[in-house]
Amino acid sequence: MKFTKLATVALTTIAVSVPVAADLVFPSLSYRTGPYAAGGTPVADGYADYFTLLNERDGGIQGIKTSVPECETGYNTAKGVECYESTKGLGALVYQPLSTGITYQLIPKAAADDIPLLTTGYGRTSAANGSVFSHAFNFPANYWAGASRIINRIKHENGGDIADRNIALLYHNSGYGKEPIPTLKALAEKEGYNLTLIPVDHPGQEQKSQWLQIRRERPDNIIIYGWGVMNQVALKEAANIRYPMDQMIGIWWSGTENDVLEGMASDGYKAATYHAVGNDFPVFDDINEYVVKRGLTAGDGSNVGTPLYNRGLYAAALAAEAARTAQKMHKTANINSGMMRDGLENLVITEEVMTRLGMAGFGPSFSVSCENHGGPGSVGIQQWDASAREWKMIDGFEAPDMDVILPLINADAEAYAAENNIAPRDC
Amino acid sequence: MFYRESGDFKKTYKLDSQTFPIKFDRWRYYFVMLVAFIVVPMFLTDYSANAVMIPFLVWAIAALGLNILVGYCGQLSLGTGGFMAVGAYSTYKLMTSFPGMDMISVIMLSGLVTAVVGAFFGLPSLRIKGFYLAVVTLAAQFFLVWLLNKVPWFYNYSASGQISAPQRELFGIVVTGPHATPVAAYLFCLIFAVGLAWIARNLTRGRMGRSWMAIRDMDIAAEIIGVNPLMAKLSAFAVSSFFIGVSGALLFSVYLGAAEVTEAFSINVSFAVLFMVIIGGLGSIFGSFIGAAFMVLMPVLLKNILVGGLGWPTDLAAHFELIIVGGLILVFLIVEPHGLAQMARVLKEKLRLWPFPH
Repeated sequence: MKFTKLATVALTTIAVSVPVAADLVFPSLSYRTGPYAAGGTPVADGYADYFTLLNERDGGIQGIKTSVPECETGYNTAKGVECYESTKGLGALVYQPLSTGITYQLIPKAAADDIPLLTTGYGRTSAANGSVFSHAFNFPANYWAGASRIINRIKHENGGDIADRNIALLYHNSGYGKEPIPTLKALAEKEGYNLTLIPVDHPGQEQKSQWLQIRRERPDNIIIYGWGVMNQVALKEAANIRYPMDQMIGIWWSGTENDVLEGMASDGYKAATYHAVGNDFPVFDDINEYVVKRGLTAGDGSNVGTPLYNRGLYAAALAAEAARTAQKMHKTANINSGMMRDGLENLVITEEVMTRLGMAGFGPSFSVSCENHGGPGSVGIQQWDASAREWKMIDGFEAPDMDVILPLINADAEAYAAENNIAPRDC
Repeated sequence: MFYRESGDFKKTYKLDSQTFPIKFDRWRYYFVMLVAFIVVPMFLTDYSANAVMIPFLVWAIAALGLNILVGYCGQLSLGTGGFMAVGAYSTYKLMTSFPGMDMISVIMLSGLVTAVVGAFFGLPSLRIKGFYLAVVTLAAQFFLVWLLNKVPWFYNYSASGQISAPQRELFGIVVTGPHATPVAAYLFCLIFAVGLAWIARNLTRGRMGRSWMAIRDMDIAAEIIGVNPLMAKLSAFAVSSFFIGVSGALLFSVYLGAAEVTEAFSINVSFAVLFMVIIGGLGSIFGSFIGAAFMVLMPVLLKNILVGGLGWPTDLAAHFELIIVGGLILVFLIVEPHGLAQMARVLKEKLRLWPFPH
């Protein structure tokens, strides 16, 4: 008798404590602590601020408020699992874990729970194959597209011929840093350059031996796939040995204000990017008016307009647009994660859409489809202008060498499907 | 009140030498088993299984393994992370090379592979002792992680060097992969944890465990009374690595589902397991469990209180977690340098005398 009473009380408490007003929930697995906090904080700020903007300016998406429950992962995969499990019950629509390691872990789990993953500019590259990875999206660009675009840029700078050039890849010795290796190897065969692989172990504070090797071998170009403190140390070491800055190109995670050095030391350093830089867009006026001035910023507001903040903002904008697409497709404002997946799969980003968002020219136009979850992979090149202390776009969004990348993506996706017994969807 | 020992006579040698000679302890053990096998599965959710219970069991197995080496045999090791990685990668290779193999065999074989590797890296212990041995095992940690990261065969040539556990069944019940129910995954880990704890308990009560402890207490004296140091030390390394390998295998296949050697099995893991052993209590089976519980559950509990309960910002809470857990470690080690198990032991002795302390 007593037990049944207790059980009833417990059940009612649980029932009451579940939020009734169904918000659109976009969990943010952020890292504001740990060795990569300097990179994780602005991204998380941008992600949260965009949804705050939608709530404040438009009253949410199609009238439904958004909420961004944050969970601290510290870039640690075990904590990532804890965060995923603790937030998925809130009605999570889409996960953006901002860590390649956590992405790998969540790809099977999220597919089983029917929750999509959106990994803009990171994660598992072969997730671009939508028929194998039904719930993972990595548009608009991935690491392999970035690698190919960087090689194309080097090719462009050298009059179209990079045969017998020595190119070194300085990479974070982790899943993230290793991602571009197959692409660069395949391109080396096609273009004829020599590739040297130089790994740097986590967290990248110690790079003396790597730069000794670089000083000895003097590669013509260095490609950097680094993150956090590794980037600053690499640029400092490069400056120490007077390696020409304009011969170094980083991936987007190695191309932020945090990474470049004080003074003129890093002038001319280049980085790939899949979105525009700076805060010269109408959306920033709105952010200033509705978020910063009202004191609603997720962080201290100092990051607005930095590349990483923009990246978080862009990721949020794409997720919000996908939610809007899903609402239209399913003719309901209250979408669930399965509908959100459909929204992501049918997302079409055109110039008009970007203009409506106040972000004209911020990112490339693209569309997602059932078989292609990766978009066109358009990537631009930015360069650090040390006298103005800002990044400048020097080369617009351009598609990479898809003839090389696509077979690699399909091979990796097929290997995953075979290993995990997944029957590819018919697209 | 708790320990009513009067009238509890042992009439045979067998009864006298049982694992829990005191009736209250025995019943408590049965009660814990009942709760673990029947009550806990009834209340498991995705969150409580994947964020609380499974990590606790996995780390408890690792702590058990290291406790055999450090606590019972007195050989300091900092190679735990590397040995767990060996277990995880063996599991991955076995799972992908032999898709039909059942998971119990996969995990046991991974443990055996790790035991061989561990015994190999234990060889220097015959000549080197104390801190110097710790440095040698540290080399094992770095070497194994480097090797597993360097040779693409270990991760089936995948682009990023990540390994992911495919779905596998045991008697028709899915135990690994995303479709495993929390109850199945929990029970799978629990069976290993209980089985291995049972083995560890009985090993340490037998000839082998006594030879380990003899070596720990004074190796020269042990040699004089006829303990073979080669056998004792290498068996401790092998058994300990077997446990740690099983733990690494479960960590990868059941708990995380995907792993990257430099992140999941870094030197931090070695230290974390060593802390579990020291905080829980060197040379105690119960201590391994309580140490793992402290190191795994305390951060989760604090996170839920600070972020979920008090609504603190996540970064502030994460920093405070470190401060609080670190502070508690200090407090516990000052109050009881022999670990939480010793606290439990003192409490038990007090309770046995209670209410008539002398």
